[in-house]
Amino acid sequence: MTAVTSRMPIAHALNLGLRHAMEADEKVTLIGQDIGQLGGVFRVTDGLQKTFGDHRVVDSPLGEAGIVGSAIGLAMAGYRPVCEIQFDGFVFPAMNQIITQLAKYRHRSEGAVTLPVVIRIPVGGGIGAIEHHSESPEAYFAHTAGLKVVSPSNPQDAYDMMRLAIRSNDPVIFLEPKRNYWLKGDVSTSTTTPADLDKAVTVRKGTDLTLVTYGALVPVAMKAADVCQEEGRNIDVIDLRSLSPIDDKAVVASVQRTGRLVVAHEASRSAGLGAELAARIQDEAFHSLISPVIRVTGYDTPYPASRLEEEWLPGLDRILDGIDRSFTY
Amino acid sequence: MNGEPISLLNAGGNFTSSPELPFETDSTDVLALYNDMLMARTVDTEAIALQRQGELGLWPSMLGQEAAQIGAAHALNPRDIVFPTYREHGVAWCRGVDPVDLLGLFRGTTLGGWNPTENNFNLYTLVIGAQTLHAVGYAMGILRDGDVGTGDPDRDRAVLVFLGDGALSEGETNEAFVWAAAQNLPVVFFCQNNQWAISAPYSVQSRVSVAQRAQGYGFKGVRVDGNDVFACLAATREALAAARAGQGPTLIEALTYRRNPHTTSDDDGRYRTLAENDAWAALDPIDRLRTYLQSTGLLNDANVEDISRRGKALAEHLRAGCRALPFPGHASPFQNTYADLPDELERQMNEHLEFVEAGE
Ligand SMILES: Cc1ncc(C[n+]2csc(CCOP(=O)(O)OP(=O)(O)O)c2C)c(N)n1
Repeated sequence: MTAVTSRMPIAHALNLGLRHAMEADEKVTLIGQDIGQLGGVFRVTDGLQKTFGDHRVVDSPLGEAGIVGSAIGLAMAGYRPVCEIQFDGFVFPAMNQIITQLAKYRHRSEGAVTLPVVIRIPVGGGIGAIEHHSESPEAYFAHTAGLKVVSPSNPQDAYDMMRLAIRSNDPVIFLEPKRNYWLKGDVSTSTTTPADLDKAVTVRKGTDLTLVTYGALVPVAMKAADVCQEEGRNIDVIDLRSLSPIDDKAVVASVQRTGRLVVAHEASRSAGLGAELAARIQDEAFHSLISPVIRVTGYDTPYPASRLEEEWLPGLDRILDGIDRSFTY
Repeated sequence: MNGEPISLLNAGGNFTSSPELPFETDSTDVLALYNDMLMARTVDTEAIALQRQGELGLWPSMLGQEAAQIGAAHALNPRDIVFPTYREHGVAWCRGVDPVDLLGLFRGTTLGGWNPTENNFNLYTLVIGAQTLHAVGYAMGILRDGDVGTGDPDRDRAVLVFLGDGALSEGETNEAFVWAAAQNLPVVFFCQNNQWAISAPYSVQSRVSVAQRAQGYGFKGVRVDGNDVFACLAATREALAAARAGQGPTLIEALTYRRNPHTTSDDDGRYRTLAENDAWAALDPIDRLRTYLQSTGLLNDANVEDISRRGKALAEHLRAGCRALPFPGHASPFQNTYADLPDELERQMNEHLEFVEAGE
């Protein structure tokens, strides 16, 4: 495969990542609702059944426990299943299989059995959808030992991280920021090693404050950093990429330079990723902190009716407000 | 059971009685059935138009499923309770839910839309299959209240729960069937087999008919022509009567067809043919009832005019009502999350309200 670079949206980069992983390893098998002829409701698997056949791109019956449970069995039989859950709010019927089985089997078998299952889930709000179609369930997964949880924020990462996730011998919950499926960027299919699946990436260098986020909020954080730049504040923006394990070294190193940390995520605040990062920073960089760690997050409420989502979601203004609060502490 | 669905009113509008499913046409107000089917279609048509105009984010159309829904709903007593999916606009109409209230969920002004305790019509359930277990639990309550098998028509009640053919594959639906059977509960499962679960044809879910599956659980399954309002009414009547009398659950399969895309966001050209759709359009449930009404002389200029006037008024009510649906308050996401607002949530609410005010 010769490397090419082309411009494409995240959805196409994911599709390409799946395609190349399927070409490279005939054990890679896709399972999900409406992923065949329809290509998935977001068209991420568009055309793959046509190329690889319905044994490798399986339109499942309408049951999420079935999708994940059978993926576990397939993995035991030597396959590398990639499951698609249609929307964030519909993963819950599969939670039993994910938490009690998928996450624990390696441990229970003392390493004799690995379950290289990827579970793709479109996540997050901002698309004007009805309920159960805008949720951010990452903390449930990050709280579960044995699962890797990742989320790409741009097309290149979407492509690279998809292939890395499929190659991973641990189960991976792969969270796709659905409102940015059509966000475009350059994608190189170069085989040179991309950043590790579980490494954070500094997407903008700064000296005055560390802003950590992931997924759909990364472009918003970049905008916030632009605005701050005009005010003479240099923001270090970190795209976490992996929510479990967390690359806290990258965050600690940054906070040791800036002395300030703002964490932004769409998910509810309590017991979320922001809380985890705050705890780790006070463990590892307590003496570097000039101000308390600020969390800019969704609230501890059900995701609201869509007419309210714009004000409910942590957008540019709320992130800027969080940054202000850190500086004016 | 797995064979041809029972049909009483065929596509040509002819009524034939069936020994399998006793039904007298004078046992019901046929004109009211016709009226309600047309009103359901009006709600659906207007909602689709409102979605196209950008007033709704999404709409799941029920075009073609009017007989199934109106037939089933007309079998209900006021004290019976309904657990719907997200497509039961016709049932909602018959239960007295203001159709404007159905729009709020799809306009993004609310997560519910109506008071489920008012019309014995619960909130729409978007998570496939979840409501089947709620129905079972409610039926357990009815049983414990002693409101089954008393013979008193003002007391005995039952649960009618709707589900799609796709929902049969969810584990929760299986559990609901198991519970309903094990406890002989007063619940009727009404499955509109519209043959598609988004892009998945029924063959992805099952190798036997919906009705046949009931056998494995140990209760009765009935398969009716879902475009035949008489058959849907008769089957549901019989099943609800049995449930109220303490004879346990029934699974009704109303074989029909979802003529529109899954929702306004779907592109059904990717997975099915126009020819298939045309074939089902020719079996339209409203057309055949109209033919029947004309042939029996029940339809005359006066009531045609009357229904048309009501349809126009309903359409106008929907158009105006949709735009007038109140915008949810800034504090509303925080309200009713708990019985009492926890301190932390109150802090977050105040933070939010201050932020919103500062931006205004
Ligand atoms: C648990 C769950 N998984 C997936 C979905 C996404 N989804 C919405 S409707 C639908 C198909 C439902 O088909 P069916 O039960 O036949 O009902 P119909 O839409 O045809 O009325 C799917 C897969 C969902 N709503 N809930």
